Amino acid sequence: MGAVFTEFPWGVILILLPVTGGILCFLWPQIAKITGLFIVFVVALLVVGLAWQIFNNGVYRHAVGGWGAPLGVDLYADGLSLLMLAITALVGMGVSVYSAAYFKHEQAAQFWPLWLLLLAALNALFLSADIFNVYVTFELMGLAAVALVALAGSREALGAAMRYLLAALLGSLAYLLGVALLYHGFGTVDIALLVERAEPSPVIWAALGLMGAGLLLKTALFPLHFWLPPAHASAPTPVSALLSALVVKASFYILLRLWLEIFDPLVGGAGVEQLLGLLGAAAILWGSVQALRQTRLKLLIAYSTVAQVGYLFLAFPLVAAAGVSAWSAVTYLVLSHALAKAAMFMAAGNLLCFGGHDRITDLDRVVQRLPLTAAAFALAGVSIMGLPPSGGFIGKWLLLEAALMQGRWDLVAVMILGGLLAAGYIFKVLGYAFTQADISHESKAVPASMEWTALLLACGAILLGFLAVPVLSLVGIGDPFGIGEVRP
Amino acid sequence: MSTAFLYALVGTGLFALGLYALIVHAHLLRKILALNIMGSGVFMVLVALAKRTGDAPPDAVPHAMVITGIVVAVSATALALTLMLKLNAKSGHAELPDDRRE
Repeated sequence: MGAVFTEFPWGVILILLPVTGGILCFLWPQIAKITGLFIVFVVALLVVGLAWQIFNNGVYRHAVGGWGAPLGVDLYADGLSLLMLAITALVGMGVSVYSAAYFKHEQAAQFWPLWLLLLAALNALFLSADIFNVYVTFELMGLAAVALVALAGSREALGAAMRYLLAALLGSLAYLLGVALLYHGFGTVDIALLVERAEPSPVIWAALGLMGAGLLLKTALFPLHFWLPPAHASAPTPVSALLSALVVKASFYILLRLWLEIFDPLVGGAGVEQLLGLLGAAAILWGSVQALRQTRLKLLIAYSTVAQVGYLFLAFPLVAAAGVSAWSAVTYLVLSHALAKAAMFMAAGNLLCFGGHDRITDLDRVVQRLPLTAAAFALAGVSIMGLPPSGGFIGKWLLLEAALMQGRWDLVAVMILGGLLAAGYIFKVLGYAFTQADISHESKAVPASMEWTALLLACGAILLGFLAVPVLSLVGIGDPFGIGEVRP
Repeated sequence: MSTAFLYALVGTGLFALGLYALIVHAHLLRKILALNIMGSGVFMVLVALAKRTGDAPPDAVPHAMVITGIVVAVSATALALTLMLKLNAKSGHAELPDDRRE
């Protein structure tokens, strides 16, 4: 019995099931909602199965079709991939329950197939072991995400979707040219084989430039963030939550993987880390200031994503001396931001559904009228600001500690300023949520499941603050950060 | 300089040309065409660099990658064209709304 579980190809099913489900939902729109919900929950169970397998057997590797590394497509999962799959499943379940109440009739029939395809692409991306497969999953993810943004149907949404598509395609093509150069230089696209064969050469620099630029554009690091705020703000709310929580993290995950395994050992210390850190610091300040200036709630949250992405890049210049604690910080920030930002967008969606608008100054006593949603927004805000006890606090604290240890006072100042600005934009929203607006609007009832999912995800972001030890030991499985030890 | 290397250089040139056109042109159809030219440039690099040494048969793996890439490019172009038509129907012109006018 146990052997069946430890040998079962969980990874393959994790990709095949959502694809099949997406096609089923497309063919039979009448049962799309039930099928979609069912499949998302089964995917969560499969992730648990994969986790169990990884605990027992160590790192997961599967040669699809039995071909093996140089020619075939391999699936690979270590602690870092497992955490990304888990957070995808968790946020995915929340978004699915939310969407079941949010989308009606025709929109629902269009949403479920696209969302399941996006889920399949995300799972495939986190399980990919070769850089060409990553390109394919990027395109699957990008096309599904763009179509989801366009679901809103408004002029702004179509324009934003178009801009998003152009940016995503440009990023993918730059990435693909980098893949072509790496293949030419070292004769393989398998990450593990590339690590063995790669050596410092102009090819490595050219590939780093092209792939790095493509991935930064997809991750929306300042100043390549121009496409993000309109796309995330004008998409339907569950889609905004998916994009900010998961899709942006997917390209960051690949960037982190490639940097750790291929580029850092070859070109580390040549100033690339410093450049990434500088852009990250600029993103924090620019994104936070822009968020503070917004008058629409969803745009404010979208700019907050630009700022929070910046924190992820602050770790790069700190790693040389701080080692694993900086990467633990990044892992923690990715996980807690995924939960908190999904919750925040959902809360904004509830307010939008309740009052019919998302103008911050016209939030009319929502704290009394929608207490669960207001609580969800506030709890998610605690994690975004980095106040204890929350996942965001752990991540930012580890990062701050690493910066203090190395005497990087510039980065310390940026982090503290970023935290203050985040507090500024979150309290600005909460302030208006407590007071009465000049003009009162007609309000509509918000389904209870939409309020509860937002609150539960926000609670998850807080709970993450108490789970530091298990999460950080989980991420060490398979040694993704190349330090050879499990605990910081 | 071998012929294959020349092809690869031309491919890089096409990539750069497409990037330039993507940035300077406002009309969406031109932007979509520019992306397709960039894609063709990348495919050309892949195909050209597959021929490694003089008489040996070329490596087949990059060719398989190009086939995959073409499938992706066709689907992406189809989605982009549909979006362009929808945007044109809603706003009356096939250009991206300018940020500064908002």
